[in-house]
Amino acid sequence: MSASFARRKRKNRLMFGLTAVCALVAFSALFFILGYIVYQGCSALSLDFLLNLPKPVGEQGGGIANAIVGSLKIVALAGAVAAPVGVLAAVYLVEYGSQRAAFIVRYSADLLNGMPSIVIGIFIYTLLVLPMKGFSALAGSAALAMIMIPIVLRNTEEIIRLVPASLREAGLALGLPRWKVIVRIVLPTAAGGIVTGILLAISRIAGETAPLIFTAFGNRFWDSGMFSPMAALPLTIYTYAISPYPDWHRQAWAAALILMLVVLVGNIMARLLLRRCYGAAR
Amino acid sequence: MRLRAQPGDIVLRSLAWGFAAIIVALAVALGLGLCVDSRLAWLNFGPAFIVTGVWDPVTEVFGALPFIYGTLVSSLLALSIAVPLGLGSAIFLAELAPKKLADACAFSIEILAAVPSVVLGLIGIFVLLPTVRAVEPFLDRYLGFIPLFKGEPYGVGMLSAGIILALMVLPYITSMSREVLLSVPRPLKEGVLALGATRWEMVRLVSLPYARSGILGSVFLASGRALGETMAVTMVIGNAPKISASLLDPAYSMAAVIANELAEATSDLHVHSLVAIGLVLFAVTALVNGLAQLLIRRLSAAQGRA
Repeated sequence: MSASFARRKRKNRLMFGLTAVCALVAFSALFFILGYIVYQGCSALSLDFLLNLPKPVGEQGGGIANAIVGSLKIVALAGAVAAPVGVLAAVYLVEYGSQRAAFIVRYSADLLNGMPSIVIGIFIYTLLVLPMKGFSALAGSAALAMIMIPIVLRNTEEIIRLVPASLREAGLALGLPRWKVIVRIVLPTAAGGIVTGILLAISRIAGETAPLIFTAFGNRFWDSGMFSPMAALPLTIYTYAISPYPDWHRQAWAAALILMLVVLVGNIMARLLLRRCYGAAR
Repeated sequence: MRLRAQPGDIVLRSLAWGFAAIIVALAVALGLGLCVDSRLAWLNFGPAFIVTGVWDPVTEVFGALPFIYGTLVSSLLALSIAVPLGLGSAIFLAELAPKKLADACAFSIEILAAVPSVVLGLIGIFVLLPTVRAVEPFLDRYLGFIPLFKGEPYGVGMLSAGIILALMVLPYITSMSREVLLSVPRPLKEGVLALGATRWEMVRLVSLPYARSGILGSVFLASGRALGETMAVTMVIGNAPKISASLLDPAYSMAAVIANELAEATSDLHVHSLVAIGLVLFAVTALVNGLAQLLIRRLSAAQGRA
């Protein structure tokens, strides 16, 4: 009896020891990644790097100013399209839609949400790039918007659902029409969460590379508008990383550090905002 | 008396309806568009497209098998690394770690899940590949009698792709499994502890069975990610369209071939064949994600009953 108890105790310790080892391995791997990028990136980063155009192939130095601006433009346009679509579609799901309509919309959103970004990229390629006979930043934005819409939708839907029914009913009881209840009561109450969802979605698409390869395509110079090929940070990292030049590798690390900072700061800001709006619940 | 609809209501309602309809339309258009723009591949090669192992843009013979094989094997490899590690970490975080530590870890996992895949690919090229290249001769020498580990030490290949994918999906599996494990009702756990079980027996007899479908759901979601992951894989898998039993050999994946060739494909048949691969990828991920949703919904239904 006591021998078997001792054995069970031993097994208990052994198994939990193993789980601790798992956690240790997983976290050290993940933190190594972060640390290594910061280490490599910092040693290559400089103000010139942020403010200059890339140098011609073969020349040392140069910067990624066009890629930073390009990324900003592409992501801004995608966000400006995707945020209202996602939020209003969520309003439809929660406030207006019948059960069946809501199911269909939700199902479509989940389908889009689970799609690999490269599949979205091909779709936009056949839809916009081929007919327009050329790569364009516009197509890149379209691809990113398509990735972003379902994320915004699901985040917003969850948040709007959290708005207590009593608030809506109070508004309706005072004689407000439905749309005023939504615009003046439901959305402002949920605003913090909605903004969080949008921020998270934006930081997600800012790092997307695959759908940009054959839509925005990249550009070593300043772009000439949304209808022309445009540089973007993730594309620059990719091209530089697979190139044979050590100087470009160095720049890829620096660009990766910038991209990661942007993405992580967006993420952390979103989470802090959520915590401020909804207490320490999450 | 029926309430008269306000103009504002009509506007907001139709606006919201329109945007919701856009999402449905996008999903439908995505499926249809991929079918239409891959038609030449299906007309030319028929269903054999999926099981043909030749990919030759010069002679215009296209078959998707090496890519399907590469995607499936690299994803399986990734899961077989990430599932034990992630589940172990999740059990540690949910049952053993002090709350402060667990919360800090959970927060950092969420952050790590946000690292863009192209950045992971960079790590893959400059850190993982040299390491793998250094280790592979030993694998070949001591485990080479197993076909899986026989081959030249290229560095690039299935093994590297599997490892980088495992790093990508590890945060998902860990954070979702942890959440499911935390949702196991306390009374159930306390009951079995009161009966004299050790904490590990509690995990094995109560928590894991209760959380099973949720954990499976997280594994399916993670495999959905792994199947479609493009950049990190493209950068380390070696991009060679051939099927080899060895994990050390270069391979190719569906997403990688699209990323590499679509921008430069000139002939219609080449483009359509790439889109056809995209369609296969679409079907596979839709299936896997559908299963994941089903499992997760079953879990929440079970919790509703409990």
